[in-house]
Formats: sequence, C-alpha cells, structure tokens
Amino acid sequence: MNIPDHIYLHANRLSDQIQEGNISTEAVVEESYRRLEKTEEDHALNTFITTCEESAYRRASKIDQQLEKGINPGPLTGVPVAVKDNICTKGIRTTCASKMLEQFVPPYDATVIEKLRNAGAIIVGKTNMDEFAMGSSGENSAFGHTKNPRAEQHVPGGSSSGSAASVASGVVPVAIGSDTGGSIRQPASFCGITGCKPTYGHVSRYGLVAFASSLDQIGPLAHRAEDCRIVTNIISGKDQHDMTTTGQQVDKQNRDIDDMTVGVPEEFFGEGVSAVVQETIQDTIETLSSAGVSLQQVSLPHTKYGIATYYLIACSEASSNLGRYDGTLFGARESDMSSTRTSGFGKEVKRRILLGTFALSEGYANQYYRRALKVRRLIKNDFEQVFEQVDLLLGPTSPTPPFRLGEKTEDPLQLYESDALTVTCNLAGLPGISVPCSQTDEGLPIGLQIIAPAHHEPKMFQLAEQYETDNMP
Amino acid sequence: MEIEQSLLEKMETLSVLSLQEGETENLRQELSSMVDYFSQLEEVDVESVEPLSHPLELKNVDREDESEKTLPPEEALDNAPARDGNYFEVPRILNDEDHQTHDS
Repeated sequence: MNIPDHIYLHANRLSDQIQEGNISTEAVVEESYRRLEKTEEDHALNTFITTCEESAYRRASKIDQQLEKGINPGPLTGVPVAVKDNICTKGIRTTCASKMLEQFVPPYDATVIEKLRNAGAIIVGKTNMDEFAMGSSGENSAFGHTKNPRAEQHVPGGSSSGSAASVASGVVPVAIGSDTGGSIRQPASFCGITGCKPTYGHVSRYGLVAFASSLDQIGPLAHRAEDCRIVTNIISGKDQHDMTTTGQQVDKQNRDIDDMTVGVPEEFFGEGVSAVVQETIQDTIETLSSAGVSLQQVSLPHTKYGIATYYLIACSEASSNLGRYDGTLFGARESDMSSTRTSGFGKEVKRRILLGTFALSEGYANQYYRRALKVRRLIKNDFEQVFEQVDLLLGPTSPTPPFRLGEKTEDPLQLYESDALTVTCNLAGLPGISVPCSQTDEGLPIGLQIIAPAHHEPKMFQLAEQYETDNMP
Repeated sequence: MEIEQSLLEKMETLSVLSLQEGETENLRQELSSMVDYFSQLEEVDVESVEPLSHPLELKNVDREDESEKTLPPEEALDNAPARDGNYFEVPRILNDEDHQTHDS
C-alpha cells in the first residue's frame, strides 16, 4: 500500500491518520523502507549509514498494539524519523560518519531519542553526515558523500546532509540533525526544506556526540515549519543529564504578524552573498511588506568577523572534545594512540583539531582563542541591541545556492565562508529557522532565514508558518 | 602568519597525531592561510570586553550528592577494543625502569 505524499510527508497529518486507525504503524514503516529502497535504486543519494528495520518493526508492532487497546502513544504516533548519526541510539550503530566509530554501538539512548520514542515516533535509520559534524557540504563522510535530491550534481549541504536529503527525497517526514554553525539550517536551505536550531539550552545534548559544546544544538528538519515546531516542543526540556539545559518550554502563542517588526541586517546582503540570493531575498522582503509585515533595515556590525570567531572557538572546543578518541575505552584502536587517531580521523577533522590545538597553545591562546571569545561577546551584544528595536531578523540562510560536488573541496576556507550567515546565531545562542523561499533558474533551492531573540521561538515559528502558508503549495 | 614545520610538529605532538609525509606540507600551508585569515580579529577593538565562553554564562550548576543508576560493567565494556574480565585492557605505558625509579 502506497501512502500518498500529502499525508506521509506531514508528521501531524500522518500521526492523526494512524491514531484514527486509517493506516497501521507497520504499514508506515514498510512505506518508509519502500521509499528508501526506491530512492537509492533510482538516485543513489547515500542518505543513510545504518537502517534499523528490526527495531523499527518491533516498535511499530508495540504501537499498533497500544492503539488497539485505546492507548494514545503520543503526538508523533507512528511517524518515521531519521536521526543524524552523531546522536546515540542504544543498540544501533552510531558512527559520526567516521572510521573512528565505525563499529561503535552506544549502550544508551540520547535524551532526544527517548523523548521521540515516548511521543510514539519510530526511528528508521541513522543518516549520513560530515564526519564528527565538521563540514558544510556532506562531502566529509568516511562513508561517501550524499547527493542533493533536488540537484544531484550539487551538494546537499552539511553537516546534517543525510537528514536533509532524507526529508527532501520524501523518505521520511521528519529528521533530526545537529547545528553548531548552521549544520541544520544550511542543508535545509540547500535541499529546499525547513530546518531549525532552537535556543541554546532548550534541547538536551546528552547523547549528542560533542563537537563544540558551547555551540552544538539538536533540532528538526521537515517539510513544514509546523512539523518543526511540534518536534521542537517534544524534544525540548530540562534534563538532569545535561546541565546546560534551561527547561524553557516552546509553544505557539497567538500573535499577529501585523504587530511584529522584522529587521533586515544590511550585513546579510554584503560582499560574498551572490546576486541571485540577494535578489531572491529582496523579492521576498517586498512580498512580506505587501502582506503587511513591518520591516526595517538594521545593522549587526560584527557579522563579518563571525567566521573567524566561530572557527577559532569551535576548533578549540573540538580539539578538547575529540581528545577522548584514543582507542582506550571504545572505538578504533591501532598499535598506539597516535596511529589510532591519525588513521581513524579524516582530513578535515585532523585539520580542525590541529587548528584548535594551535589556538589554545601557549603563546597563541591570548591572541587567537581569547580574542575570539571577546569578539563573541560583541556579536552577542549586536543581536541584543537590535532586538530592542525589532521582534525578529530575516535574511538569506546561505550566501550562495547549493554549489557543485567537488567545487569547494580544494579550498577549505572557501567552504567555511558558506557558514557566514548562520554562525553568529550559534555564537549568541539564538534560535534560527530556514524555510524554503525560492529557487534559481536551474532549480537550485534558496532558503530564507528567520532569527529570534533567545527563548522567543513562538514568534519565529509564527512568521515561518504564516510565510509558508502564504507562499507554498 | 606562517606556521613553521617545527610548530606544526609541536601541535601534532600535543594532539597525538602523526601526519604522513605527503600530508604535512599541504596542511601546513592550509593552516597558515587560515591563521592569516583569523588575524582579522586584531582589527576589532576588544579593550575592556569580557570574553564570552558560553552563551548562558552558567555558574555552579550542581546536583545532590546522591548515587544514581549507571551502566553495568557488561554494557560499559561492550565497545572495549580489548578487555580482561571487568577491566579495559590497554597497551603498557610504564616500563620496568619507571617502576624502579618510583620505588627508590
């Protein structure tokens, strides 16, 4: 039985249909694997590293039994979810797309996995990504790159490449990713879907393999902002296993778009942002203005220092976090620690560890790491000042449409620049969402980014959902 | 800033990595250009700006000193590259000479 897209690709509608008894959970799981098989046969996108049919069907059976007894399994009843492979799933291999963890099977579930299961969702597989979440294109995986389902010669973005591609190719309605410098929002933009990063501290990082602990956040990808909001609500919450969780709940507040003022930072349209992206977003701004949204130009003066600040901090934290991969307690092991690490890590990972080690080392820490921390505060201050005048900020998610596979692999700095518009959000700990906006003449997706003040997800989702309702089929 | 070969070797030692012959020069040049790029932060006036190491600026988040359920040994050792009973078996890091020096 084939489930049509208009039901299958919307978590909310799918869950309702299952709860009403019109479709069984087992049939939905079958549908997800049927779609995956067909997609890989026809397009070889390489979206998944591991699929977990056995556990998925077992869960489906349990959920169908619960439904028969009149028990409501939760708001995501029977919804198939793909999970980025840097999030621990008990008994299911979790590799971070690295040879270092190729055989690693976590003995515990990440908190977000528990929450998804308690809401009735079914984990169908672990998605491909850039190794240890280090990348912006999906080309840094030890298990081969992922292709963009909308444009197969082009990158899907990264590092949540497989999560974005699994949703965009219609294999699952919802995927979970992680965002340290834009790794949910940018692939969402590149693949023409919606993805959001919550406020830092909303979602527990327990079970998320750490890259940069002061920047990492877990978030959802889906076809619509509504599904992103529902999933964000489910996975958020204070967690005793993660002392950086704040416990602030997200829910929809009724707020008229007409009452909001949206700022457009001039720096989001500067040098480095391609003409087609600028024109597309400017058109969108005019559309919103005609629809009654109040817009004004604002300034975030330290935006241009975002990449340097982000990479110095992220690589420094990563050099410390990845120190645990030494072959002692788990993971790959060779004859000695140095060989283990040198052959277990890919090129980009080694590059970032060395950079971080340098930035923290004696004689350089003040000039690089500490200075970056100070500029981080200035970046955060920019946002705070601007949010005294406006409710939300709006601009492009990525400076360019999705580039070709292999186009930016020779020059890592060029690849880093593709994060220019997303990193400042992580540095300041703010929530951000990317919604599909338009596409180039060649059919390459362009995403619109909305940024809210910390803990103001309701406003962000409000505008995103209204925008989608007005502009999407 | 030019990252000299000797500095790169020092960083390799600190990060417990040993790059292959073919990789070293390329990486050295890449890191040099990146560090050059990051030097743009020197143009920012950070006089009397406090560093921000974390967006939440939390202090002393603690819990009650009560023991909790943790992983049983079997599960904790499940991914061990090598084990000996309930121990993780690892390559020897101390030699006999080290032991002797310690005893005297």
